[in-house]
Amino acid sequence: MLGRAANGVYWMARYLERAENTARLIDVGFHLALTRGSRASQEEEWRSVLITTGQEAAFLARHQDLSGSQVFNFLLRERDNPGSVLQMIEAARTNARVVRTSLTNEVWEATNETWMILRDLLARPVRETNLGEVLSTIRRQSTLVRGAMEGSMLRTDVFNFARIGTFLERADNTARILDVKYYVLLPSVAWVGSSLDNVQWDTLLRSVAGNRAYSWLNAGAMDPRGIARFLILDGQFPRSLLFCYEKIRSNMAGLAKQYGGETDAHQQVRDAGSMLHRLTIEQIFEGGLHEFLQDFIGRTNRIGGAIAADYRFIA
Amino acid sequence: MSSAGGSRYDEMLQEDGSVRSAYADLREWYDSQDTAWLRRQDAEAERFFRRIGITFNVYGEEAAEERLIPFDMIPRIVTAREWRKLTRGIEQRVRAINAFLQDLYHRQEIVKSGRLPAHFLRENEAFLSQMIGFTPPGGVYTHIVGIDLVRTGPDEFMVLEDNARTPSGVSYMLENRETMMAMFPELFTKIPVRPVSDYPRRLVRSLQACAPPGFKGRGGARPSVAVLTPGIFNSAYFEHAFLADQMGAELVEGSDLRVMDGRVQMRTTEGYKPVDVIYRRVDDNYLDPLSFHPDSVLGVAGIMDVYRAGGVTIANAPGTGIADDKAIYSFMPDIVEFYTGEKPILNNVPTWRCSEADALKYVLDNLAELVVKEVHGSGGYGMLIGPTSSKKEIADFAAKLRAKPENYIAQPTLSLSTVPIFTKEGLAPRHVDLRPFVLVSPDGIDITPGGLTRVALKKGSLVVNSSQGGGTKDTWVLDE
Repeated sequence: MLGRAANGVYWMARYLERAENTARLIDVGFHLALTRGSRASQEEEWRSVLITTGQEAAFLARHQDLSGSQVFNFLLRERDNPGSVLQMIEAARTNARVVRTSLTNEVWEATNETWMILRDLLARPVRETNLGEVLSTIRRQSTLVRGAMEGSMLRTDVFNFARIGTFLERADNTARILDVKYYVLLPSVAWVGSSLDNVQWDTLLRSVAGNRAYSWLNAGAMDPRGIARFLILDGQFPRSLLFCYEKIRSNMAGLAKQYGGETDAHQQVRDAGSMLHRLTIEQIFEGGLHEFLQDFIGRTNRIGGAIAADYRFIA
Repeated sequence: MSSAGGSRYDEMLQEDGSVRSAYADLREWYDSQDTAWLRRQDAEAERFFRRIGITFNVYGEEAAEERLIPFDMIPRIVTAREWRKLTRGIEQRVRAINAFLQDLYHRQEIVKSGRLPAHFLRENEAFLSQMIGFTPPGGVYTHIVGIDLVRTGPDEFMVLEDNARTPSGVSYMLENRETMMAMFPELFTKIPVRPVSDYPRRLVRSLQACAPPGFKGRGGARPSVAVLTPGIFNSAYFEHAFLADQMGAELVEGSDLRVMDGRVQMRTTEGYKPVDVIYRRVDDNYLDPLSFHPDSVLGVAGIMDVYRAGGVTIANAPGTGIADDKAIYSFMPDIVEFYTGEKPILNNVPTWRCSEADALKYVLDNLAELVVKEVHGSGGYGMLIGPTSSKKEIADFAAKLRAKPENYIAQPTLSLSTVPIFTKEGLAPRHVDLRPFVLVSPDGIDITPGGLTRVALKKGSLVVNSSQGGGTKDTWVLDE
């Protein structure tokens, strides 16, 4: 397949995943805003949503007011914000058009339809009353595209590059969400056992759609280490770092099999994966959760770069 | 508007209002349908086209960058007898065009014989000196041709234009048929319509039959084919992707290709791999920055050298534009006779070359009745349709014409035939043209039974171009 086409499917998958995760973060921010009383603490929540998506500076350059509707409209539909959901869906669709011949009709139509639906839905400013509908549409549509890939694509390089894009993006997003909120998982004398902790932990789990899964596995008992272990090292949870790396490894193995050889990127993925297998949550906390996450985000980024270079994404 | 010159010919209805036999079954079916249901189907068809993304981009319109070409669901019907004649006429014309190109780039017998004044070549940008003395693989210049035909009477089909560079629209022919079969399957059991769906297979076979000498088919490998597109912002991008997909060919951009070891090679995830046949949808001028526009990023540096050395086939060959130039068009009847020794089966539309003093005078005196076109224009831009233009528009155009007469040709306003379209008020006649698609390879000339019918959706309008409010229809050639 063409290097440019590999680049296209990879970025299409990344943008779709990032758009979905942005929607999830907005959902959490909104949920908190409904449960938190003071305006100042609501603003803090919205600020941390902006920090997690890496868009705090861009937002503050254009807006002063950290009100909910200002923030979620910025994240959902602002034209000059390349990180808005609408712009990312458009970027995903543009990439899909570029690699139209590598995709099945099902995948292309699902992507194109997603863009058409969201373009209409986001044509006017979103209000609190229809925010829920918008967010669930984004999640539903991105699930639809993933389902179309799963159900219709040949298991060849095209599929593998798309999946690598999905899971690299997801690993990066989970790590970022954790990193922005890592302090709520650190021991704190004053807060232990307070209801504030529970809300914060719940929020963190919700941001990665893991609150129900976590409760189910732990019979409702919440503790910070358990939550960190779940999000980083639980191979059953589809948004954990370990899970994402397992997937990346198996898709990279698919490429090596089809192409009859490995590249540098394979070694890097293996190194990162075996580190995740080796480490315990205690060791991670000992070395510093923040440091671990920073290192992880950097690694993931470098792996993306190595894949792009090894498979000639760009001339 | 009507038609200066004669009554118009309706393909469904006779002058007394009765239905022609070719349309009898269709009309009977239509009359028995519930109109509300038909309207729903009509809306459904539009949604279908949007979802699969059959759109085209309009240059210079930022907001509505992707538009849909309107589809009309009433098919146009061509009888087996009519098609037989068209086929013979098209084949003769395409054969002549290829012989003409071979001659122009070699001995130029037609110029020596005095039938084509030399200055028509010298002053023509479409004539490429890089092609002189070179014969493309298999001797084929125009691998893909779209001949635009108009009908003016029961037996009168005329050629309006020969598209010998990179004719587009074939994806609409295919998708229109798919849509019709999905919406009205029962019609196809009633009416014997010849299929068009194998066009992509015929296209790839035809291209592979023109492999370059540099292709060594070891172990029975087939020549590799790639479609070269300018990219997603090109108005016909959908079609490029569609055809590549249907042919099982790679869809490449200039940046994917590079000249290495005397071959054109594409950058794949596994390294560089040679391409044997390039179906390019990039204009001559952008093909090779080393030979043509130095600032082109759409093409491949050095591809012309590889081409001339037999390392790659370019379809259509560079320089074929000279054969569909509007000034050359007026010589087509002579060209057909010169190379085939036969009278042309399909007529040309009478054409005045404004570069000639007598013709210019006639055209200026009769602007209100004529259609005037730019010699190098396309897409319905930059033309004057006398009968529908205001006095001021005509006067303005006359000034442009006087300033640069050699830039224009003029033709009578034809009374194009009409076929019915579906409107809120029921069936209504609209003017149409027809573009059949022709494949040329050393194995012969292959014409797909059907083509693209373009229809002027506005009542009375004669402009069928999609960029100017035209739509398309499925075209049914009936089986014998």
